[in-house]
Amino acid sequence: MSTTAIQPHDHGHGAQGMSVGDFVRTYVFSLDHKIIGLQFLFSTLLWFIVGGLLALGIRWQLAYPWSDMPVIGRMLFSAEGGQISPEFYTTLFTMHATVMIFFVIIPILAGAFGNYLIPLMIGADDMAFPTLNMLSYWFMWPAFFLIGMSFLWPPYGAGGGWTSYPPLSVVWDAAPGSHWPQTLWLMGVTCVGVSSMLGSVNYMTTIIQMRAPGMTMFRLPMTIWGMFITAILQAFALPVLTAAGFMQLTDRTLGTGFFLPDGLVVNNSLPATGGGQPILWQHLFWFYSHPAVYIMILPAMGMVSDIISCFSRKPIFGYKPMVYAISGIAGLGFIVWGHHMFVSGMNPFLGMTFMVSTMMIALPSAVKVFNWLGTIWGGKVQFTTPMLFALSFVSMFIIGGLSGIFMAATPVDIFIHDTYFIVAHFHYVLFAGTAMAVFGSIYFWFPKMFGRMMDENLGKVHFFLTFLFLNGTFFTMHILGAVGFPRRLADPYDYETFRHLLPMNRFMTWCAIGMVATQVIFAFNFIRSIFFGQIVGRNPWGANSLEWMAPSPPGHGNFDFQPIVYRGPYEYGSPEVDTDFYPQTQPPPADPAKRFKPPAH
Amino acid sequence: MVPVLGVLCFVWAMAGFWPMQNHWLPANIGGADAHAIDNLFIFILGLTGVIFVGTGLVFFWFLWKYDAAVTTEPVKYFHGSHQLEVIWSIIPAAALLFIAIFQMTVWANAKIKRPTIGDNIPKPPLAEITGRQFEWRIRYPGKDGVLGNEDDILKVNDLHLPMNEDVVLLIKSQDVLHSFFLPHLRVKQDVVPGMQQFVWFQAKKTGTYDIVCAELCGWGHYKMRGRIVVQSRAEFDKWLEQSWQEQEVSSFAPPAGE
Repeated sequence: MSTTAIQPHDHGHGAQGMSVGDFVRTYVFSLDHKIIGLQFLFSTLLWFIVGGLLALGIRWQLAYPWSDMPVIGRMLFSAEGGQISPEFYTTLFTMHATVMIFFVIIPILAGAFGNYLIPLMIGADDMAFPTLNMLSYWFMWPAFFLIGMSFLWPPYGAGGGWTSYPPLSVVWDAAPGSHWPQTLWLMGVTCVGVSSMLGSVNYMTTIIQMRAPGMTMFRLPMTIWGMFITAILQAFALPVLTAAGFMQLTDRTLGTGFFLPDGLVVNNSLPATGGGQPILWQHLFWFYSHPAVYIMILPAMGMVSDIISCFSRKPIFGYKPMVYAISGIAGLGFIVWGHHMFVSGMNPFLGMTFMVSTMMIALPSAVKVFNWLGTIWGGKVQFTTPMLFALSFVSMFIIGGLSGIFMAATPVDIFIHDTYFIVAHFHYVLFAGTAMAVFGSIYFWFPKMFGRMMDENLGKVHFFLTFLFLNGTFFTMHILGAVGFPRRLADPYDYETFRHLLPMNRFMTWCAIGMVATQVIFAFNFIRSIFFGQIVGRNPWGANSLEWMAPSPPGHGNFDFQPIVYRGPYEYGSPEVDTDFYPQTQPPPADPAKRFKPPAH
Repeated sequence: MVPVLGVLCFVWAMAGFWPMQNHWLPANIGGADAHAIDNLFIFILGLTGVIFVGTGLVFFWFLWKYDAAVTTEPVKYFHGSHQLEVIWSIIPAAALLFIAIFQMTVWANAKIKRPTIGDNIPKPPLAEITGRQFEWRIRYPGKDGVLGNEDDILKVNDLHLPMNEDVVLLIKSQDVLHSFFLPHLRVKQDVVPGMQQFVWFQAKKTGTYDIVCAELCGWGHYKMRGRIVVQSRAEFDKWLEQSWQEQEVSSFAPPAGE
C-alpha cells in the first residue's frame, strides 16, 4: 500500500476549538456519508429498544392475559388499573411491526450500513449526491415525529395492523378513537418512503458511477451487490406504496372511496362513500411490501457473505451464482406478492399462479445457502463474534426459508394463514436472520467505524444468549401455528381450541424477556467500546475489501491514497502472496511466473 | 445441535408427550379435502425436515472439521464449481415445482370446485354468514330454501350443520374484513365487504367446535368467537324446526302470561 497519497485528510476528531456552526455542519446536518450512516445507526438502534419493549407488551398479554403489568403497568394504563386493554393490544402489535420494519430493519440496512459502506467498499470519497443523502436521513425525522405523536392519542398508537387493511384502517367508526393515530401513522410511513426513495436513487448512482479504477461490477463485494439490488427494488416498488398510502390517506380524510365498497354498515352507521375495493389495497400494499421483505434480507445476505468468506479465510464459493441468485430473488420478488393473499378473496386461480412463482423463489435462496456451505468447506474457520452471528444467520435462514414452503403451498396455507406459523416464519427470517446479521455486521465493521474493537468475550456471551432465547421464543411459534393459534388476538384462550397453549406461551414470554435483557450486554459493550475499546489499525480482521485499506475511522474523503483495484474482494489463501489475505489494492506480483494460473476446465 | 433440537421439538409435539399434549394439528373432523391438507402438511414437514437435518449436519460437520484451531489442511483456494451449482439448482427446482403442481388438485377442491347437485348446478348454500364487529350473524333460508325473505331463521354465533353432507356456506361481511376460520375443518376464508364468497366442506363427526375470526377486525377481534354444532341430519332438521318455532313466537306474539 505504498501508493502515493493524493491529499491528506487529517481533520482530526477533537472538537476543541470547533465553532457551533462547524459542529452542526460536521455532526448534525452533515454531508459526509459516514456521519449520516452513523446517524442512521444510532437512531435505528434507539428505535430497536422501543420495538423490543413493544414486543414484550404483546408477550406479557399472551402469557398473563388481563393481569396487571408489573412495574410499568400502573404508569401506562392507569385507567385500566394496570392491564393492557384490547385496544392497546392492537396498538402494540401494529407499532411493534411498524417500528421494527420501517424504523429499524430497513433504515439500519440501507441507511446505516448502506451509507457507511457503499462509498468505502467501492473506493469512492463520498456518495454521488451528498445533499440528497443528508435529506434521506432528515426525512426520517418527520416520520419519527409523526409516529411518535401517534402514541399521544388514545388508544395510544395506530391499531390497524402494520398492513393497515381497509376498511378497518379507513372508516373512522370502525376503530373508535383511532382518528389521529391512524392518520399520523399513514403520513409517517409515507415519509419513510420518501427517505428510502432518496437513498435508493443515491445508492444506484453511486454504485454505477463512482467505483474506483479497476472496480468492475463483478469485483464488487456481495454487500454492495445486496445494497445495489435493494436500491433497485426500492426504486421500483416504493412509488406504489407511496401512492397507495396517499389514496388511503385521502380515503380517511377527504372522503374519496378507493378502498371502500358500497353498502358498508360500520357500527350501525353508513359511510358516505363507496364504489371501491378493499382487496385493491392489499394488492398495492403487498406489491411494495413483498419486495420489502427482500429489501430487509438481501443486504444482510451480502454482509453475511463477506463475513463468512473473511473468517473462513477462503474465496467465496460461486461468486457469480450468488450475484445471479440475488438478482433472481429480486426479479421473482416482484411477482410473488399474491402469496400474502391466498385466502383474502383473491381469485383462487390466481392463487395457483402465485403458488408456482413463490415456490420458485425458494430456489435462489437455496442456492445461496449451498454456496455459503461451500464457502466454509475447506476453509480455516475462525469463530469470532461476527462469524458466530453470520453462521447463525445461515442456520436460522434455513429454518425461515423452509418454513416458507409450508405457506407457499396454498392448501396448507388455508390452515396456517394468519396463525403463529407465519409469525414464526418471518421472525426466523427477520430477527434470527436479518437482526443476527446486523449484530454480526456491527461487530465486524465497528473497528472501521470507531477505530476500536468491541469486546469479543462480551460479544460471545451476547451471541450465545441471544441465540438460545430467540429459538426458545420463535421455534415454539411453529408448534402454536400447527395448532392453528391465530395471531393478533388479545386473548386467544377464550377459544376452547387454544386454551391449553397458555403454558407454552408463558415459556416463550420468559425467553423473550431473556432475549431483550441480553441486549443490555450488547448496549453496554457497544457504548463502552466506542470510548474504551482496544484501538486497532486499518485492517484488524485481515480482510481484502477496500474499506479496510482506509484509516480507522476514515477521515473526510475516506482514502488517503487513490485506491486502484486489481481483483475481487475474496482472494483469501491465494498462492500468489504469502499472507492468507490479498487486498484488492495490492498489485499482483511483478514476476509473471508467480502469478496463479487457474487449472484448465 | 440446533437442527436436532428442532426436530426433537416437533417429534415431541407430534407424539404428545408431557407437557405438550395436543400441541399439534387439532382434531380433524373434515372430509377428504381437510385430510388432504393435513397430509400435505405432514409431507412438506417430512421433506423440509430431511433437508433441514441434512444441511444442518453438513453445516456443523464443516464447522467442526474446518475449525481453524483444529484443521491442519491448507485452505482450499477454490472459487466454486459450475457443475455443482447446476446440480443444486436443478434438484431443488424440480422438487419445488413438483410440490407446487402436486397440490393444485387439493387447492382446486377446496376453493374452486364447488359441490354440485345433479346436472352441474352448484349446490345452494345451507346458510348465509355475515361477519360483523364482533359477531357472526347466521341466516338459514327456511322452508322455501330462498335466502332473504320472511321465513329465514336467524342466529348469532351459533351455526348448526348436518354431518356427512357437502355443506356450502355463503359468507359475507357487513363492515370490515374478517376471516371465517374453522380450525377443525381446515377451512379459512377472509370475508370482504362488498363480496359474496362460498366455502364448502364435509363434517364427519358430531360435536361442538370453534369458529375463529382470523383477520384483524378491530379492538374486539379476540372475542369474535362463534361455535359450530355438527349434528346428524335428523337432529339438525329438528333443531332448525325448533329454532323456527322459537323465532315465530318471539317475533310475533309475546309468550303467554305477559
